[in-house]
Amino acid sequence: MNQVMSPAGVGNHFELLQMPVCFRLDLAELDRHYLEMQTRVHPDRSANLSDAERRLHLQWATLTNEAYQTLKQPLARARYLLKIRGVDTQEEDNTAMPTEFLLEQIDWREELQTAAGDRDACALGRLVTRLKVERNTLFETLATLLDDDHKLPAAAALVRQLAFLDKLGRDLNDALAALED
Amino acid sequence: MLLQISEPGAPSPSQQTVRRLAIGIDLGTTNSLVATVEDSGTTVLADAKGRSLLPSVVRYHKDGEIEVGHGAKLYQSEDPANTFVSVKRYMGRGLSDVAARGEVPYRLVDMPGMVQFETVAGLISPVQVSAEILKALRERAEQALGGEIVGAVITVPAYFDDAQRQATKDAAALAGLEVFRLLNEPTAAAVAYGLDQAAEGTYAVYDLGGGTFDISILKLTRGVFEVLATNGDPALGGDDFDHAVYDWLCERNGYTALSAIDTRRLLSAAREAKELLSKLEEVDFHTEMSDGSIANIAIDRTTFTRLTEGLVKRTLSPVRKALRDADLTVEDVKGVVLVGGATRMPIIQAAVAELFGQTPLTDLDPDKVVALGAAMQANLLAGNKTGDDWLLLDVIPLSLGIETLGGLSEKIVPRNATIPVARAQEFTTWKDGQTAMTIHVVQGERELVSECRSLARFELHGIPPMVAGMARVRVTYQVDADGLLSVSAAEQISGVEARVEVKPSYGLSDGEVARMIEDSYAHAKDDLEARRLHEQRAEAVRLLEATEAALAEDANLLDADEQASIFEGLRTLRAATEGTDWLAIKGAADALNELSTEFAARRMDLSIRTALTGQRVDALSI
Repeated sequence: MNQVMSPAGVGNHFELLQMPVCFRLDLAELDRHYLEMQTRVHPDRSANLSDAERRLHLQWATLTNEAYQTLKQPLARARYLLKIRGVDTQEEDNTAMPTEFLLEQIDWREELQTAAGDRDACALGRLVTRLKVERNTLFETLATLLDDDHKLPAAAALVRQLAFLDKLGRDLNDALAALED
Repeated sequence: MLLQISEPGAPSPSQQTVRRLAIGIDLGTTNSLVATVEDSGTTVLADAKGRSLLPSVVRYHKDGEIEVGHGAKLYQSEDPANTFVSVKRYMGRGLSDVAARGEVPYRLVDMPGMVQFETVAGLISPVQVSAEILKALRERAEQALGGEIVGAVITVPAYFDDAQRQATKDAAALAGLEVFRLLNEPTAAAVAYGLDQAAEGTYAVYDLGGGTFDISILKLTRGVFEVLATNGDPALGGDDFDHAVYDWLCERNGYTALSAIDTRRLLSAAREAKELLSKLEEVDFHTEMSDGSIANIAIDRTTFTRLTEGLVKRTLSPVRKALRDADLTVEDVKGVVLVGGATRMPIIQAAVAELFGQTPLTDLDPDKVVALGAAMQANLLAGNKTGDDWLLLDVIPLSLGIETLGGLSEKIVPRNATIPVARAQEFTTWKDGQTAMTIHVVQGERELVSECRSLARFELHGIPPMVAGMARVRVTYQVDADGLLSVSAAEQISGVEARVEVKPSYGLSDGEVARMIEDSYAHAKDDLEARRLHEQRAEAVRLLEATEAALAEDANLLDADEQASIFEGLRTLRAATEGTDWLAIKGAADALNELSTEFAARRMDLSIRTALTGQRVDALSI
């Protein structure tokens, strides 16, 4: 799992960017806090300072970027939220999925392969749109599980499903990009 | 005239008001420029004859003399094998990378790391050629500004990979320039435009230079320039349009195998025809070949369009990829900025206008805008106060990965990640009792390592023998604000570590750069000593000023003893700089740096606490 080397003693990403520890975030506020933080810690602020200060700016700017990227993307945010609440999402080991979900995945994959094989940009575009809708629905369920019902194991199971869809999204993007070559 | 003496304890007027001389350099494929910020505004510095563009051409003579710029350019047809044009295309590239580009008049030599040129002056690397261009620009700036340059921002194509960036930084070191930052060319252009027009919103910068193409999508919000995505083609530029015309001219004139000299002549004619076609519907002129025969250069715009439409199309797919990566469509883009001399071609302007559905912005001179933006950033980084303040958040253009079993690249840092960025991932052993592991660092989007660029390869030894899959080797990639990568690996159970600045396979090692610097002073050891002394003094002055400024702001963060020890460190360093022993200066500077480490940490904490106002501060134990 990706993880940043952080300067010692930092609380967590939510605290660093001064956001409430929950899934439903005000993204405009997150952007503001991120920029406020980078305005102070970015390496460009220390180009003229001592080596020690330059090192610290590099570390803090790196950490701030990591925190922002994690909180900005809903899947990464959910995964991180579960982690700081002591729930491991077990995305590498736990492959148990509802049969219905797995069958859906097979359908998605088949459609992706057909569209990519036919070099059909329109069909790929339609898949992108459908996937967006599908993911948004799941993210709403996830928000309820995390922020309202506090059903963490169920949330972790949903994160595992969303990780599949995330991978599918990247493959769709790659297939679209491949049409450009 | 009486000499002036300032009041005791008051900052000397020179420290307060004198601008630190900082420059922005656009190190281009075809032309290079240097710009600076003066009280009157940001200007491109011209040579004694009033010319701003320095042709990126370097000629090596048998006697060791090196000519740069206009003088060298005159000889590119006469002495093509020793006169280097478009050397930027060779930066950080191996022979196999450049061989695909077809015939060139140079004698290329395959060398580990980077291709080199066989010349009358011996083997020359692309880094040395670039360093000569940088030196000429530095000298131009020092003459124009009448002082020593404290540092420079040097621009690179956004799509340059780690090897190309490292090569550029090495060239700067050879030229004796302190690099404040390597800045991406489209971002530099955005700074010049954004600050000029107080722009807000999402902008695209389409930058077609002599040899490289970049597209960057940026979000501008209240003085923050945030790059959302970048893409490009590091081997596509105005030169390729010249070649397209050249090929056609060869065919028309029935040429099959031209000499190096005639190749140069016909290429120059092709370039001239291309440039004229930006204003005229057709051109018709003649050029004399070396055997006295006449080549007919007649071409109209329709033919030119037909010959180059493939090249134009090749720029549009990176644009669409960048937009997709930024999760945006053309409708989201508020303005498109054109950068680079090649964007003067009507065929480019029309294609960009059609894709984005709007007329692109060309208010600033496309040849100068990158250098102007670089100068503004250099001025900011030098610490000169301008009233304006802004922040650049840039990205890495290509994913960074590691080779795993089966020759596959596992991506560790994805493309378009905002820098600085660090990512770590754990790997394990494949065989029982395996005690070493090869870490192969690659860059690129492809799944197969063989299709990515190999950046470095190093080995982690001393892993205690364990059952396969038990070891926990944590590999960390750190990309700094210049976009340069360093990699470390550590086995978690035993604590065995290895670390590498990513340089060996496609850059020069520090040792090689040092050797080249020493070679250039081979006949004058005193010069080398003088240069070291000079560099250490400059570094010491920077540290003295930075520490004094920090004390002026935040002395209250230190108790009396701590203050006294830093003051003592300052005194020792100041005294050392009066002397001529560069090692003593370096020692005193290192000591002061060490003494200020805790102070620096407290200042950083204060700054972060100020950012995090409110209750939550106490919860964050920093």
